[in-house]
Amino acid sequence: MSYEFVTIYWRDMLRFVRFRIVLVASLIQPALWMALYGAAMSSNFSRLSSSIPVPKDAISISYLTFMGAGVIALTTLFTSLFGGITLLFDKNWGLMREFLASPMPRSNIIIGIGLSGVTKSFIQVMVIMGFGLIIGVRFFPNYTLVQTAGAILGILLFVGIFSIGFLFLSSAISMSMETPEGLQAVITLLTLPLFFASNALYPIDAFPYPVKILSMFNPLTHLVSGIRYFAIGNDFFAIGTHYAYTTGDVLLSFSALMVFAIVMFAVAWWVVKKAVIT
Amino acid sequence: MSDRSYTLCITICITTLINPKMSRIPSAMSENIIEVKNLEYSYNGFRAVDDVSFFVREGEIFSFLGPNGAGKSTVINILTTLLPLQKGRVRIAGCDRATEPEQVRRSIGIVFQDETLDRDLTVWETLELHGRLYSMPKVERRQRIEEMIELVELEDKRDARTRNLSGGMKRRLEIGRGLMTRPKVLFLDEPTIGLDTQTRRRLWDYIKLVNESGTTIFLTTHYMDEADLVSNWIDILDHGKIIASGVPSELKNALGRDMVYIETSNNAAATETLKSLESVRDVKAASQGLVVTINVDGTHLLPQIMNMLKDRGIEILSVNLKKPTLDDVFVHYTGRDIRNAGAEKLRRIQPRSGH
Repeated sequence: MSYEFVTIYWRDMLRFVRFRIVLVASLIQPALWMALYGAAMSSNFSRLSSSIPVPKDAISISYLTFMGAGVIALTTLFTSLFGGITLLFDKNWGLMREFLASPMPRSNIIIGIGLSGVTKSFIQVMVIMGFGLIIGVRFFPNYTLVQTAGAILGILLFVGIFSIGFLFLSSAISMSMETPEGLQAVITLLTLPLFFASNALYPIDAFPYPVKILSMFNPLTHLVSGIRYFAIGNDFFAIGTHYAYTTGDVLLSFSALMVFAIVMFAVAWWVVKKAVIT
Repeated sequence: MSDRSYTLCITICITTLINPKMSRIPSAMSENIIEVKNLEYSYNGFRAVDDVSFFVREGEIFSFLGPNGAGKSTVINILTTLLPLQKGRVRIAGCDRATEPEQVRRSIGIVFQDETLDRDLTVWETLELHGRLYSMPKVERRQRIEEMIELVELEDKRDARTRNLSGGMKRRLEIGRGLMTRPKVLFLDEPTIGLDTQTRRRLWDYIKLVNESGTTIFLTTHYMDEADLVSNWIDILDHGKIIASGVPSELKNALGRDMVYIETSNNAAATETLKSLESVRDVKAASQGLVVTINVDGTHLLPQIMNMLKDRGIEILSVNLKKPTLDDVFVHYTGRDIRNAGAEKLRRIQPRSGH
């Protein structure tokens, strides 16, 4: 077992701390989503769904609270998908040769980048949650302090696994790409279907069948389900839809994310192992 | 008259300095630190390295010389495990390149042809990163960082980001980095490319210093004069093949010729006379006088030539004896000038322009 991934992590975090502008910029976008899109849609949806009766025992939640989980998930998706871009720059600027020529096993490169990416996601998620709570997202309704802490840990667990999976994918793409433009194109291509075929901003129950199937295999859907389970509860009502999560549902989502992360690790490992940079 | 012609006219200048110490380190004292047998490498059907075999003795400065595109970097990349070993056998510092690549990586240091620095890390951080990548224990690592910063004289740049360093400083940092782990062999791929003359000279001083402290140096370059000045042994590579190898002075002497530039009162008659000599290989007219290529040591033949011409009543106006340089060696073996060899290759693949 080697621990050089700590070195890769250290170096990536060093850059992250040095370029705080990246963090600030990555926080503004989700804030705008919540503040503008969230506020606008919230009033619309409440007007449209006000006539639908709320089921017994379910808590009715605002659209802003509903989409709060989605925004956290989307931000994590974007950040993680671009997280591997460091590797592309290292490749183009030459530092990758220093990594590849060192005795460090190559898996350490993707593990290090994965862990630093997860750290960045955690920072983002905490800040976005804080911001959301300020502007009216009602997470952790009637939770005790211990329950809230547990819920936050649960959210971070889901975010972490989801994030590292996409960081591995991003690393694999970055290692195979020649230019940042190519990377941008591929990631944009990936982002939109992941984004739309998910439950991040609206319920999937009313989706056409094929899209619904697609969304069930979408890691983003599983992340959003996990966040909602921990942040809102297992029985709530939003935009005319009744959500009831069982423990089984959550475990299924968790397992799906685990499988996704493991598969992505295998792909990234394979790519980085056979990478030739001269 | 004879006195006058001697005192007035003789100016012998030897352009190349010959260092008498320059010879291959005796084999009894040292082992082969690098052994390469029948190395071959092809990129999409193009054979970049073609059946190359050589060895490097411990403690020497070994140069791989050749024009751009000769396959030097490919060989270095295979040796340093950056390119896969397709065919052939390579042993470095007692480790098999094919079966123990990680061991090989631990025993070598590399300075790549292109810059390999994180532009946003400081000098200190760059070295710290390197030490960590090679799993050096903290105490040793920190100590070596200080030693290296001192060695490459970057004390006042310790906390400067590498993007703010000059080309020469970056190179020195990379050399210091390559030496941090006390490698047995330091690979230098075109270390002086793109640097000014002064920086280059300082860099060679460092490299010689490093070599004197026991590190074997494997060098590639297309600067003939530099290879000539520092190397114990030179292999000349062209089109993926080793076309000549030897101690620099031997390589040049192996041509069996010196070059004499001579100006006389009667060049035509002088040409006649010189051509009759057995040791004279060729006589060519130059701008003012004649370029005489000779098969023997010019320092001995030159007085003879001058006496002969004097006896025939031909007055000598000036004489210049020139030792062949490695450039001449390269021209001799390839029929091309090394500085144009790369360009010539480019020209060949460019389409003919239309009429």
